[in-house]
Amino acid sequence: MAASEADPIILAEKVTKSFGSFRALAGVDLVVRRGQKIVVCGPSGSGKSTLIRCINRLEEHDGGRIVVGGIELTAAVKDIDAVRSEVGMVFQQFNLFPHLTVIENLMLAPRLVRKMSKPEARELAMHYLERVHIPEQAAKYPIQLSGGQQQRVAIARSLCMKPKIMLFDEPTSALDPEMIKEVLDVMGELAAEGMTMIVVTHEMGFARRVADLVVFMDKGEIVEMAPPSVFFANPTNERTKVFLSQILTH
Amino acid sequence: MSFDVALILQSLPQILEGVGLTVQLHLISLAAGTLLAVGLALLRISPNPALSWPALVYIYVFRGTPMLVQVAIVYYGLAQFEMVRNSPLWPTLREPFWCAIIAFTLNVTAYTAEILRGGIQGVDRGLLEAGKSLGLSAWHRFTRITIPIAMRLSIPAYGNEMISLLKGTALASMITMYDVTGVARTIVSRTFAPYEIFISAALVYLALTWVIQQGVKFAERYFNRHLRK
Ligand SMILES: Nc1ncnc2c1ncn2[C@@H]1O[C@H](COP(=O)(O)OP(=O)(O)OP(=O)(O)O)[C@@H](O)[C@H]1O
Ligand SMILES: [Mg+2]
Repeated sequence: MAASEADPIILAEKVTKSFGSFRALAGVDLVVRRGQKIVVCGPSGSGKSTLIRCINRLEEHDGGRIVVGGIELTAAVKDIDAVRSEVGMVFQQFNLFPHLTVIENLMLAPRLVRKMSKPEARELAMHYLERVHIPEQAAKYPIQLSGGQQQRVAIARSLCMKPKIMLFDEPTSALDPEMIKEVLDVMGELAAEGMTMIVVTHEMGFARRVADLVVFMDKGEIVEMAPPSVFFANPTNERTKVFLSQILTH
Repeated sequence: MSFDVALILQSLPQILEGVGLTVQLHLISLAAGTLLAVGLALLRISPNPALSWPALVYIYVFRGTPMLVQVAIVYYGLAQFEMVRNSPLWPTLREPFWCAIIAFTLNVTAYTAEILRGGIQGVDRGLLEAGKSLGLSAWHRFTRITIPIAMRLSIPAYGNEMISLLKGTALASMITMYDVTGVARTIVSRTFAPYEIFISAALVYLALTWVIQQGVKFAERYFNRHLRK
């Protein structure tokens, strides 16, 4: 991992990505420094998911450069699993392993990737379950939990790998309204502790409270990037204005 | 039509003597075929056509021909090859028992590979992405996520395959073996009472099928334990 505080922990330069003839990312530049919180928003299909999925190489970009923690992501990266273990990701659909209990979900990667002993992994898992306020659910299976609880388990599962960066892809979009807050609260706490975060979300209240920078994407490009105070008060780009008027009024 | 119930009951003990062989044929070819099927299923889903094509052809051939024909080809056909006759395995391969095992195994492999492929491809991609994002290696994603979930998805179809193999083992009687059907056939040739004797054999198969069904039910309950709210 990079040495100095000022070094970017994520560096994306002119990143492009196509699916067949469709250009999902059309030259994206993004610099994220340690501890920064970036909120990414934009219309459906604008490439938000594709961008963050390129950062842990769930998608392979086909042009430009992506450097994560000092390691450039290329086909030649021998140990992509090692890079991924430093970058947590939380999905819209939670993606908890249905055949494992909550605590087993949390213990799996620390045991297999970090080679922890069972008691060590269990202790670590309980620690993070407490952090997301559901230690009492440890022995249940995911399907027995509410959506909000499942998403908090998913966050805790990522945290058990002690990642340097956390990526969130619309973590509250699949949740009933009454459960959104409990998940955003956990994310807010994580932000307050100094985690580097990139969050794709349309929760603009969260963006105002937590983000250092708000990024607006459209058609595979970053159209606007500014601190929330500026972003919401004086967006410069026409497309941003239209998007904000839509999202803030409904 | 009138049945001699007494004859049905009388012939049962003798027919039961064939159960040992039927069960052996079933379990050995099931175990061997299932192991081979894991490999074949992996070839089948490989993105590399040099791997997937041979698997596809194999599956096509063995699903597309009657098992009776396959048993006959192995039994009468192996001896045609000098290489086989000269091999140290020949004393074994000459045995009808092993011919039957080979034919059944090849057959089970084809069907089970298709069943497993369905199970493997039924695993939610999102779960594998979650595994990737946690840094799990390809091997660990396969063994800890894909396999347990694919097994659960495959159980119903695999249960069918077990039952259909049980019935398929009756073909061993065609190549001189005294499995349940083989024994029944010899009694028939002595007593000239085909109805009763084959009903008796049918009862034995039903009992064995019941055992398999119970096993499948138990396995389903085990693998679905996490789906109970
Ligand atoms: N695997 C894929 N194959 C083909 N096209 C894809 C694939 N993944 C994404 N796309 C396309 O790329 C474009 C960008 O997708 P992406 O998921 O990044 O958008 P998004 O901004 O996250 O949208 P949403 O708000 O709907 O999640 C979309 O038009 C989508 O259809
Ligand atoms: Mg998306």
